[in-house]
Amino acid sequence: MNFTQMIIPLNITKTISDWIYSIMPETAASYTIMVIIAVAYLALFAVAGLYLVLLERKVAAWFQLRIGPNRVGPWGLLQTMADALKLVSKELTSTIKIDKFLYNLAPYFVIVSALMAMAVFPFSEQFQAFDINIGVFFLIAISSIGVIGILLAGWSSNNKYALIGAMRSGLQTISYELSVGLSILTMVLLTGTLQLSEIIEAQRTGGWLILQGHVPSIIAFMIFMVAGTAETNRAPFDLVEAESELGAGFHTEYSGMKFAYFFLAEFINMFIISSIAVVLFFGGWLSPFGITENIVWFPQVFWFLIKVLGLIFLMMWFRWTFPRLRVDQLLTLEWKYLLPLNLMNIVLMAIVIWLNWTI
Amino acid sequence: MSYFSDIYKGIKTLLTGMSVTGGYFIRARKGAITQQYPDNRETLKMFDRFRGEVVMPHDADNRHYCTGCQSCEIACPNGSIEIIWDRAVDPETGKKKKKIDKHIYHLSMCTMCGLCIEACPTDAIVWAPNFENSVYDRSALTKVLNQPGSSVLDGIED
Repeated sequence: MNFTQMIIPLNITKTISDWIYSIMPETAASYTIMVIIAVAYLALFAVAGLYLVLLERKVAAWFQLRIGPNRVGPWGLLQTMADALKLVSKELTSTIKIDKFLYNLAPYFVIVSALMAMAVFPFSEQFQAFDINIGVFFLIAISSIGVIGILLAGWSSNNKYALIGAMRSGLQTISYELSVGLSILTMVLLTGTLQLSEIIEAQRTGGWLILQGHVPSIIAFMIFMVAGTAETNRAPFDLVEAESELGAGFHTEYSGMKFAYFFLAEFINMFIISSIAVVLFFGGWLSPFGITENIVWFPQVFWFLIKVLGLIFLMMWFRWTFPRLRVDQLLTLEWKYLLPLNLMNIVLMAIVIWLNWTI
Repeated sequence: MSYFSDIYKGIKTLLTGMSVTGGYFIRARKGAITQQYPDNRETLKMFDRFRGEVVMPHDADNRHYCTGCQSCEIACPNGSIEIIWDRAVDPETGKKKKKIDKHIYHLSMCTMCGLCIEACPTDAIVWAPNFENSVYDRSALTKVLNQPGSSVLDGIED
């Protein structure tokens, strides 16, 4: 089982894996460990998604001079847990003329593609489930599978609003996928590798990539954040579920837990976009200026999560500041501004690397 | 080169917007406008223009300004106000004149449009900031605004 480099975060998990290997034949043990890690990731990110929802609600409240949820649990910490429990216990309703199979399949497409992308992220030096040499490519591929789920949801709902929302989502993802891909490619020019752990290693000595590549890196970062926000279908690019025009867009006909999957997937996608940005621009789990590099017990996960939360906050800041774009404005932004700039930026980055102007 | 100046202007205006909301974000902890109602029930003060219900203020001698002219009753678009009046002999002039008996106000029907208050020639009825109007029986929402035994203040009708 070469491809499962089940790298274990702590000694306790090493003990567990040794124990599993001691009681089972090797193949069965490695499959068991895979299942255990999958379940652990599933549970971890379901809870993380819930708390991102809570964070979004709190941040939104503070941007609007409100207080936000503070009744359920201390400081409202159990609010989204209660919401999730409510959604689990609700009846799953649907209309008669839906395409049943696709309708039921769609939410799993969205949530599974979101969770699959989590597997390749290096949360710390050892905490990485699946370190493949085409990591960045894998991430781009996986993150665009999610839109199939949205298209299926809109199509199978047999609802005009859902279909319009889904079609807008397809249009948006096809357009902005280019910008995401090209801005990542700009950074890959600098690192020369697609493997996420090696991208981080490249930043250990030379500083974060956003500093190494200075001007083209900063342009690439700005383009990536704009395109990434569009990729996750969040405001100001939330044409997909524009409440004032389309009801709830592609998930109009969904209820209960299936709706919750779409909702959760949006927040996990936000986490993914921020994580890609952290790995590619801000040095992943590396501490700033290596301040905690020699402290053995200090968790590297801390720096990773701090940086990710910072970028998530930036995306929330976008959401609660900017009004929604029209469809033509959305396409103008991508095809007339972001894409030409991105192509120029790649040439600029190539020149910078060719002439050794990197810091 | 309006292409690049457009980009510059776009980024600049976006950053202006973000600085505004960022300022709100920082000040939100102190300046939150949310009222946490049941907790601050004692200190909660409704703002001046709040329309809770129509009341008729009385002074210390249990006298009010209402002459029973029925302007409010006519102005009310859905009949929330009924005035019951009778005639009594004025002791000074010895003439019979109109006198208010009951000013009946159906809060359950009132749409808080404020036309009665605008119509009142003597400013006898005003808005009160009370909003805790839930009751177990809707008949409790039919109120008599003038207190029992009250009389109109002298000199109002002139």
